[in-house]
Amino acid sequence: MGPNLIANYGEAIAMIMFAIGMGNLLLQKNLIKKIIGLNIMDSSVYLFLALKGYITGRKVPIVVDGIQEVTAYINPIPAGLVLTGIVVSVSVSALMLSLTIRLYKRYHTLDLDEISLRLRQEGL
Amino acid sequence: MTVFQIILLVFLLVCAIAVSFSKNLLNSILIFMSFSLIMSILWVCLESPDLGITEAAVGAGVTSILFFATLKKIHAIEVEGTQEEAEDEQA
Amino acid sequence: MSRLKTKEEYEKTIGFKFRRWLYGEEDPYINKVEMVKQHHRHVEEKTITERMHEKQMHREYTYDVNRNKVLKTYSMLYRIASVVFVILIAALLVYNVSWLPKTGAAEKAVNNEVPQRYIENGLQETGAVNIVTGMILDYRAFDTLGESHVLFIATITVLILLRNNKKKATIAQISDRRFEPKNDSILQLGAKILVPVIFVFGIYVVLNGHISPGGGFSGGAIIGAGLILYVSAFGFEKTEKFFTERTYKVISFAALATYCIAKSYSFYTGANHIHSIIPLGQPGAILSSGLILILNICVGMVVACTMYTFYVMFRKGDF
Repeated sequence: MGPNLIANYGEAIAMIMFAIGMGNLLLQKNLIKKIIGLNIMDSSVYLFLALKGYITGRKVPIVVDGIQEVTAYINPIPAGLVLTGIVVSVSVSALMLSLTIRLYKRYHTLDLDEISLRLRQEGL
Repeated sequence: MTVFQIILLVFLLVCAIAVSFSKNLLNSILIFMSFSLIMSILWVCLESPDLGITEAAVGAGVTSILFFATLKKIHAIEVEGTQEEAEDEQA
Repeated sequence: MSRLKTKEEYEKTIGFKFRRWLYGEEDPYINKVEMVKQHHRHVEEKTITERMHEKQMHREYTYDVNRNKVLKTYSMLYRIASVVFVILIAALLVYNVSWLPKTGAAEKAVNNEVPQRYIENGLQETGAVNIVTGMILDYRAFDTLGESHVLFIATITVLILLRNNKKKATIAQISDRRFEPKNDSILQLGAKILVPVIFVFGIYVVLNGHISPGGGFSGGAIIGAGLILYVSAFGFEKTEKFFTERTYKVISFAALATYCIAKSYSFYTGANHIHSIIPLGQPGAILSSGLILILNICVGMVVACTMYTFYVMFRKGDF
């Protein structure tokens, strides 16, 4: 173990959340829960990025009173990246949910194992 | 401030685990909604209010609404008055 | 001195026969073996269906989870392996995190000269007081353009996937439309009070994106949420008066095209506003920071339309 585990508690929790989301994705049978798992993975990555850009004692990167020194503001790059990511994750989950609706219309179930079994039984 | 952040992070972890183990789909979506809301508070604590606003509107608002609409579409939630409508149609 | 053979003589030689055999020009059975006329083999319709049914039975028997022990063991192994994998990944990631620099420390690899440039020169170069907005809509505007296109493409895909066939609309879909405004007085009164406030707040967030927290994405999402509230309170017939599929297409296309043209102009002038005739204005004023305000409005329009269209498609299946 490295020296900074206690100081990096936020990142550690974000990584554990990533693992939980991955477990959801691998182990849950329900499609909607799989999508929620993917969303949790997304959020944990964003949290990790934002924590990497955070600097203690510094403020939001909005110029106030003409102060333009690096030592006054936090890193703006992770915030910009995460802003892009949040909106993309919404469109991704909307796409997955619409695919789920189509699958439900065809098979009348949300259980992915059952769907794949029936696919094999139909010989596809 | 750090104590507050630790409480929020632990709450996030609890929400993430509770989503996995809840039996009811509606419950798990509601828990996910609260997960997003806590996330948006956490963004403000991390000095990025841009992300806070976006997460509150997008993550807690629109995503949850989409999940609810999906549940309605696959008949996983009972809507009030559905039975009356069905009776009306039969009559 | 060889003599050229005539064609008839040539056809009798071994070489000619070998050549014919080699190229398959000769059918050795023609005129040599008496052929029996072939009959078409008749199979009863019944046996075909029976055989298909048998095949189906075999498949169902093979993939019956309760009987097939291989499938059973496979699913168990899969569960164990995925749990082990997840624990391994968590351990690996946490181990890596423990070696990263401390959270909140200023001396990190990410805090290099790039954010320094953004913070020290951002206000002069982009005119935006909010450095994050200045970054995503000026220095890295190409990213944002791609993201707006991702939204557009996602909406188009959802439109394709969830579109109802109007001729084949089922009773459930029609009844869903007929009973849509539930005339819930509490919801309607709440919507009457809240929707204008939400709209004004969304427009404020979009227009003030460059001088305060917010911007196109958040403001657009807020306006979209307001539209969704309006729809769920008053029904689709009211929104159809001003928002149809055509409106969505026109607004999205116009916004994306404006974005493209504005950014092309920016790149044409050297991407750092050397000769740009658009003034940056007084920092802190609404009409400042050059193209950022226009780009914010474009992104806000795309996001608002996208959110509303997602909801309508999930709820109803068509506009």
